[in-house]
Amino acid sequence: MKQGLYIIAENFRVAKDLYKMTLLGDTSAISAPGQFVNIKLDGFYLRRPMSVHHYDSNTLTVIYKIVGEGTRALSTMERGASLDLLTGLGNGFSTDRSGTRPVLIGGGSGIPPLYQLCLKLKNEGKKPSVILGFNTEADMFCIDEFARIAYEVRVCTADGSFGEKGLVTDVLRDMDGYTYIYACGPEAMLHAIYDASPIGGQFSFEERMGCGFGACMGCTCKTKYGSKRICKDGPVLEKEEIVW
Amino acid sequence: MVNTKVNLCGLELDNPVIPASGTFGYGEEFSALYDINILGSFSFKGTTKEPRFGNPTPRIAECSAGMLNSVGLQNPGIDEVVQSILPKMQTYFHKPVIANIGGFSVEEYAECAEKAAAAENVGWIEVNISCPNVHGGGLSFGTSPKAAAEVTKAVKSVCQKPVIMKLSPNVTDIAEMASACEQAGADGISLINTLMGMRIDLKKRKPILANKTGGFSGPAVFPVALRMVYEVYEAVKIPIIGMGGVQSAQDVMEMILAGATAVQVGAANLREPMICKTIIEELPRLMGSLGISDLSEIRGAAHS
Repeated sequence: MKQGLYIIAENFRVAKDLYKMTLLGDTSAISAPGQFVNIKLDGFYLRRPMSVHHYDSNTLTVIYKIVGEGTRALSTMERGASLDLLTGLGNGFSTDRSGTRPVLIGGGSGIPPLYQLCLKLKNEGKKPSVILGFNTEADMFCIDEFARIAYEVRVCTADGSFGEKGLVTDVLRDMDGYTYIYACGPEAMLHAIYDASPIGGQFSFEERMGCGFGACMGCTCKTKYGSKRICKDGPVLEKEEIVW
Repeated sequence: MVNTKVNLCGLELDNPVIPASGTFGYGEEFSALYDINILGSFSFKGTTKEPRFGNPTPRIAECSAGMLNSVGLQNPGIDEVVQSILPKMQTYFHKPVIANIGGFSVEEYAECAEKAAAAENVGWIEVNISCPNVHGGGLSFGTSPKAAAEVTKAVKSVCQKPVIMKLSPNVTDIAEMASACEQAGADGISLINTLMGMRIDLKKRKPILANKTGGFSGPAVFPVALRMVYEVYEAVKIPIIGMGGVQSAQDVMEMILAGATAVQVGAANLREPMICKTIIEELPRLMGSLGISDLSEIRGAAHS
């Protein structure tokens, strides 16, 4: 974990209520895809945790949804402004057990952290398939970015306005030969994926956080291996340890 | 050269700044950010006799200038703390630590305190009789002077180390609570724990916290905390640790002027993990600019 100041290089709308922000600064504390940053906002007491969509040696990108006044204020910040971040938070995804044909499943605002993961898997010579689920066409984002790096991308919308009509689990049931599952999205989606496939995997969870770095015990969940802090011991849990 | 040292119940602190229980874990996460040996001490996560998961989530809700928590004393239990965590703590924190203990009966408080006090690196026992987030314990001992006195006596009878009673602001007369603890043998008083609060989700039309209510902390509570420290200083002779919304060296100074010997910093650690370091670095400068050479010169000065 590191604390530092970051300069906004871009902050723009990519879909309905969804913004993409690239920040310039020290990314050395980030060690795995699926980790998150915690952003301090003037006028709001708690930091806003956001998963990292992509990072390199001196930039990091987050894609965030406007869910309240804090994220709304963030969406109005302009290029050149600075933000105080805690970086390198959480455990992130591990690619050790992915096998050669992992499938990455993202729902809505849970999609962003899968991008860096997909890049990593590709660079390891694996063939990641990606399932992206949205409510409707107006919510869609990131599809072209995934199309450039994934072995295959399948898009579904709940209302059928784009791609396959249905849920990510409908698409998953239609797939075979995959070796591992990575998932991030609403808890109901994660639960449905968990039930839909016997294949092992890693699931990234969300919870209201106080600190974001393991001090306050605000985001603890139960697992088969005892209590875990979503912010510090997660947000990624192994499928076999999850308790619903 | 200014002197920031203070004496807390017979043990000297390099400075009066102490991260508050529940906002600092067992110190390990913060030691990754800065050398926590610069602290006066810290009060570790409230620990009970048995391990506790705590309350269901959501346990956190944001407020204007503060936050609610309903963690509910999640901890691994005193045996695990004494056997594993405290020995490990000695590798990254080399000063005496404050053992914050909770309980659900007088006997449990005593047993927990006795075990904690036996640990080499525990300097003080801070007895939490003020947790608003657990039922059938905690706060129920902190709202009755008689029950608070009973817990104080029981803990004192098994502890050789200084016993500090941590009080709740959710009472009619905080001075009466403090006096009851002092008369029962307490070596110090710390206050305030969080204020009971609630937030409601407009869309779900239900409280945000799964526990419905939670403890309110953050800068919004500072004036309430300061007033209560002031009142308790007039009622007792034993040292006071002031806390509640402290987030700057100026706040620390106000607490000391109100009568505090040491000052705990709570919720601010969650927003600004390096806040205690910042305060400790700022304190000598502030003392210099105010013409204060030793904090004991000004303790309680606001009363005369």
